Amino acid sequence: MTISRRNFLGITSASALGTAISLFASSKAEAAEIPAIKTLHSKESTTICPYCAVGCGLIVSARDGKVVNIEGDPDHPISEGSLCSKGMSLYQVVVNERRLTKLLYRAPHSDKWEEKSWQWALPEIAKRIKKTRDATFLAKEGDSVVNRTEGIACLGGAALDNEECYLYSKLARGLGITYLEHQARI
Amino acid sequence: MVHSNVAMIIGSNVVENHPVAAKWLTRTKEKGAIIISVDPRYTRTSSFADIYCKMRSGTDIAFVNGMINYALQNNYIHRDYVVAYTNASFIISDKYSFQDGLFSGYDPSTRKYDRASWAYELDAQGNPQKDPTLQHPRCVFQIMKKHFARYDSETVCKITGSPRDIYEQVCRVYTSTWAPDRVGVWLYAMGTTQHTHGTQNIRAYSILQLLLGNVGMAGGGINALRGESNVQGSTDMGLLFHLLPGYLASPTKADANLAAYIKNYTPKASDPKSANWWGNYSKYITSLLKAWYGEQATRENDFAFHYLPKRSADYSWISLFETMYAGQIKGLICFGQNPAVGGPNANKERLALHRLEWMVSVDLWETETASFWKRPGVNPADIATEVFLLPACSSVEKEGSISNSGRWVQWRHKAVEPIGEAKSDLWILDALCKSVKQEYASDGVFPAPILHLAWNYGNGESVDAHREPDVQLVAREVNGNFTRDTSVQGKAFQKNDQVPSFALLQDDGSSSSGCWIYCASYPGLEAKDNQMARRNKQDAANNIGLYPSWAWCWPMNRRILYNRASVDANGNPWDARRWVVRWNTEAKRWEGDVPDGGWPPQEKLPFIMKPEGYAGLWATSLVDGPLPEHYEPLESPVSNLMSSQQVSPAIKLWHTSNKEMNLVGDFARFPIVGTTYRVSEHWQAGAMTRNLPWLSELVPDVFVEIGVDLAQQKGIENGNRVIVETARGKMEGYALVTRRFEPFQLHDKVVHEIGIIWHFGYNGLVQGDSANVLTPHIGDANTMIPEFKAFLCNVFKKEGGA
Repeated sequence: MTISRRNFLGITSASALGTAISLFASSKAEAAEIPAIKTLHSKESTTICPYCAVGCGLIVSARDGKVVNIEGDPDHPISEGSLCSKGMSLYQVVVNERRLTKLLYRAPHSDKWEEKSWQWALPEIAKRIKKTRDATFLAKEGDSVVNRTEGIACLGGAALDNEECYLYSKLARGLGITYLEHQARI
Repeated sequence: MVHSNVAMIIGSNVVENHPVAAKWLTRTKEKGAIIISVDPRYTRTSSFADIYCKMRSGTDIAFVNGMINYALQNNYIHRDYVVAYTNASFIISDKYSFQDGLFSGYDPSTRKYDRASWAYELDAQGNPQKDPTLQHPRCVFQIMKKHFARYDSETVCKITGSPRDIYEQVCRVYTSTWAPDRVGVWLYAMGTTQHTHGTQNIRAYSILQLLLGNVGMAGGGINALRGESNVQGSTDMGLLFHLLPGYLASPTKADANLAAYIKNYTPKASDPKSANWWGNYSKYITSLLKAWYGEQATRENDFAFHYLPKRSADYSWISLFETMYAGQIKGLICFGQNPAVGGPNANKERLALHRLEWMVSVDLWETETASFWKRPGVNPADIATEVFLLPACSSVEKEGSISNSGRWVQWRHKAVEPIGEAKSDLWILDALCKSVKQEYASDGVFPAPILHLAWNYGNGESVDAHREPDVQLVAREVNGNFTRDTSVQGKAFQKNDQVPSFALLQDDGSSSSGCWIYCASYPGLEAKDNQMARRNKQDAANNIGLYPSWAWCWPMNRRILYNRASVDANGNPWDARRWVVRWNTEAKRWEGDVPDGGWPPQEKLPFIMKPEGYAGLWATSLVDGPLPEHYEPLESPVSNLMSSQQVSPAIKLWHTSNKEMNLVGDFARFPIVGTTYRVSEHWQAGAMTRNLPWLSELVPDVFVEIGVDLAQQKGIENGNRVIVETARGKMEGYALVTRRFEPFQLHDKVVHEIGIIWHFGYNGLVQGDSANVLTPHIGDANTMIPEFKAFLCNVFKKEGGA
């Protein structure tokens, strides 16, 4: 069997330590000096880089529900395993203590965030949307039916998946929003 | 790119900002290709290129118009291609004229053109009159020769500040690709678009690429290097005020009903050889309405067309923030975007946020936008805005597709669960919609468009924190299905069958499709039918690296657009060595890439999205002219050498209509050209990189890049703290004194340019001033993309600074 880098990855994640190390080492003494590779016993999945739009491929290794490693996907026809400094750092987007883990709310004139639950926030947001939409809704302009609100604006989308962008577009239009813009404009 | 003989990189620093794409430039360079870099600054791309030519920011049109002139004067054009596939031979109305920077039809009181005089002369059948000899004095080709003759290399270099010998070398090398077996690729990015004439910059590139016969070819084309992983897909899905999914126009108040809308946007073609693909408009809008309103969209209620909001103004970015500043926008929903850093005239846009009653920010991080109310220099007690900051999950904690610059739609798999209480944007959007529907269940203004919105993604009717919407269901809705048993083009389909191709979409309500250009991405009902998740690396018969079974590409898995222009009238490739498609006369079918329509050669013209079927050297649809003409940026150190029109006559001037915080600087006070740019280690407005320890360590501070000559004049040394100022704001950074910026010798003076990285803000692991406090509210005449890339500024050493 020829060992390409790709199926080497497959072997190491699927098989036992001894087998993996035997690919490198001929004796137990040598094996003891080689640290266990960090993707051992991990589950691999593929992803595409979230930074620029070249569309480079990456392999994510996860163990016990935690990402342990992310690296370039050598099988990917665009990137062939290469990544730039940002793509190489994707691991730190996933494992990063600065990430938001709680829903935060800032009350009018307050100088601090408060932690809130989704259960509280979603109806509160919906109430704001309804109040503003209903107060600013324009059914007709002159003789023309326009059915829109200019009181709410939506921004963003280039960091979202297509399916998310689609639902965002659908929901915003459903609400009658015309101020709908994102990164493509700037 | 790997097939190109010459690569032209202008308005892009590909090696810095798209390093892995640059790998393919390296491959083609190793095979002998010549790489040209044109930029105000000697960038990483310039150091990799064979030829570097400097050019003052905002002078692309002069630069490229001169290249077009060089091609026309020396007859370095692919004549067969130009005659057969472009509108070079079309005769233009005798009412057309051009004088002193103005095209005919201009009304100075509205700053708008009446475009009637730019029209083609039509024959009795309604087809444009043509002169295939290209001799008629009013044919596009002859008008172009006259228009571009004004851009001789001496004049061009007085405008751009380029060294004339190098400029002429660029002209010579690039136009060598006119030969059918030589191909040139054109790469650009935001250095091109972010100007008051950004659209016309790209028009100039397109005209030259068409004259040289480089469009539709392997190793050719005009390639926008997009900066965000899914900015292609987000645009495809219509997240812009003027677009619905699939590049359908968002309706205006003039579109009284669906029939009027269809009539207003469906182009007509009388030439039987024109495929006029937009002739299918009615099928795509009706299928979209069926996807959005399902059973509630019927023929009887005009397929719920009246549910769609109708616009009657410009709602683009700058207008949006001007309106917010004026207090007319009360609520903002912001998904993964950071306008407090990334928006132009950032001081004004940050103040605009104060006028909001509420804001919903959905992000992985606490961005500058989400915490605008506690930024340095403001008192939170003065700001009444309520802010909801919703934690979103990262791209490896969810599943879905994204579309890259080459329109490859690639599937991303979920590796782990979201951290903490973070949720996918899909879940958040689903939950928001359900919560709003709940609010409208009993009362509200015109609730039907909300209540009737077809919304069932497999996780129940109420919000459930533990049930994700089924992303496969959403992806299948985007593709579309048949809504009843039907027969199309002799093929029978059952209700709920996925539509296998947009050629089968209907306008009678029998089909739905959330985004017609994605039709065929998910042609079956099972996960294995998801074409976007494919990972088969077998290449197509032409072996040029199309990888047709890797992921999926819109439209119809076509990897190179307008590929029918890569062959002659008989379907034989212009370049047999690097063929894209070719007609197999025995099998009577195309081979290679998915062709732009399967008709035999000669039956249809190759530019199928244009009503005439020909590529447009001449444009009748743009608001600022049928041909590109040089105008100076809003803020410029010199007067326009080409005409008495200083700036594009068709741009909207904000400093005259909305005076507050829209000051424009003059040369006397701000004698230096400023521009902004990015570095490899940071990304956009910085939230995705300035929160990461590795990347923050690599580039921890804002720097201002200054040429050696200017630094000497200003007494600035490398590493000094400096202040950059414009009419709108000032910011501070470390001076980076380099030889990469050189002074520009222009027609009447020497001008310096400086550059600032724009990734920084007041939040994050590493912080710094935002360059966008310097940039103005002024947009491109057609797209309203702000002019980030050329403004007037001054720079000083900070008193008491190191």
